[in-house]
Amino acid sequence: MKEYLFLFRGGDGSEIQHSPEKWKIHMDRWMEWMNELATKNQFVSAQPLTATGMQITGIKKIVSDGPYLEGKEYVGGYLVCLAENYHAAVEIARDCPILEFEDGVVEIREIKLQK
Amino acid sequence: MNTGHNIYQLTDHLFRQDSGRMVSVLTKIFGLENLETAEDVVQQTFLAAIDSWTLKGIPDSPSDWLFLVARNKAIDIIRKNKHSVSYDFSDSERVLLTSEYTLATSMENLWKEELIKDDMLRMMFASCQPGISPENQITLILKTLCGFSTAEIAKTLLTSEDTISKRLYRTKEFFREHKVKLEIPSVAELKNRTNAVLNSIYLLFNEGYNSFESEQLIRKDLITEALTLCKLLIDNNHTQLPEVFALMALMCFHAARSESRLTEEGDIVLLHYQDRSKWDYDMIELGNCYMSRAAFGNEISPYHLEAAIAFEHCAASNFDKTNWKRILELYEWLCKLSPSPISELNKAVVIMQVEGPEKALESLQQIPDGKKLKKFYLYYSLLGEIHARLKHPDKAKKYFETAIQNTQSEIERKILKEKITCLAN
Repeated sequence: MKEYLFLFRGGDGSEIQHSPEKWKIHMDRWMEWMNELATKNQFVSAQPLTATGMQITGIKKIVSDGPYLEGKEYVGGYLVCLAENYHAAVEIARDCPILEFEDGVVEIREIKLQK
Repeated sequence: MNTGHNIYQLTDHLFRQDSGRMVSVLTKIFGLENLETAEDVVQQTFLAAIDSWTLKGIPDSPSDWLFLVARNKAIDIIRKNKHSVSYDFSDSERVLLTSEYTLATSMENLWKEELIKDDMLRMMFASCQPGISPENQITLILKTLCGFSTAEIAKTLLTSEDTISKRLYRTKEFFREHKVKLEIPSVAELKNRTNAVLNSIYLLFNEGYNSFESEQLIRKDLITEALTLCKLLIDNNHTQLPEVFALMALMCFHAARSESRLTEEGDIVLLHYQDRSKWDYDMIELGNCYMSRAAFGNEISPYHLEAAIAFEHCAASNFDKTNWKRILELYEWLCKLSPSPISELNKAVVIMQVEGPEKALESLQQIPDGKKLKKFYLYYSLLGEIHARLKHPDKAKKYFETAIQNTQSEIERKILKEKITCLAN
């Protein structure tokens, strides 16, 4: 088993936030998706992220606002899981509820083992 | 607006009723090594209830209010402690508590009624570990599952609050040292471990049924607790062993007779004189149902035999019409299956009914390990009874006096003194 990091972008569900029933159904799907991983002992961790964020860049440590709060740049959350291989990780990501939204994106990255 | 007194009464009642469930599910959440935290959350929840209800009145569903507040406190504790070395949420049942995506939903799921019953059962198994003494087992069960305060437990078990606190501390240390987990034992261990739990439940029941505490002979709440805990075993398909049903039947049969065992003033009424119309026949019927359900498997347990004996009493319309011969057979079987000086003593009482005082005396003298009865007041009481019937009033009086010396219960002493008075006639 290797470790994989999923980065979630977009898909903030603003279309359904006004409806408590729809929102609950959506959150239940996050629960289902993660629970499947947990029961197979493949869940490591996951957290949503708040919308505020700053950046510090380079040797001069320049501080700026960002990233942009709209659009695909903005990471809304992450999940770390275990999977047999990259292909298997992609299959897991396919079921992510963020993909119920047109602008939802899951980026799948393998944790690199340093030698 | 409710008076302060009403609110305290309500919270006391709710504590007895709900704290066991709350502690069980919270311990499941935080781990047995953090049992103290679970108890703290429950304490704080009840304090919050007193504050809030005094100010804003009692909510429509007080239990629901308590559970919700406890859940929210648990959420706070998880957020603070998920990276702490003292807490381990890594198993698949709890790992989702560490993610903000799933914390609230996981928490809600963990507090479902059917799951809480399982948690209570696991607490019982944890409490009845091999390595924890029987008195420590009951102490923990009374504290965590039955909502008894340290003071109440001390009074029930005739010891000091300090002793109780020390017992609880040692038991919790035991859990930490041996990394005890909350789980239903494996199939291989299930029979032995369930019997340990049954043993504790029966001890609890006996405390209630025949409490040696001087104020109240029958502690109805202990009887109810014992029945409730046994019902958890009955309702869980892992633990539906014949002896579980047998113990339930036994307790039902005994509990059915509670009303008739004391006068209104609280004095003892002997079996001979009990008003059988006061017996709870619904309870007896319930006992019968459990008895039928106990009739499977390859082995008869001592609980089966004790239940059968109790049944004979319940089935008899009066003392003289009781099937004493059958009861004697059952005692003979019981004494072979599970030898104990107390069973032999009880058997001797029956021998006296069936064969007379001489034979009863012989049987007493033949008890193996009879020395164990040297401090037991009922042993001397029986000897007194035997010699009274043999027309030896002086001997009888001496034995009754010895019996009085060996019990602290005012109620028991009163009836023994009456027996001495009767000798004069």
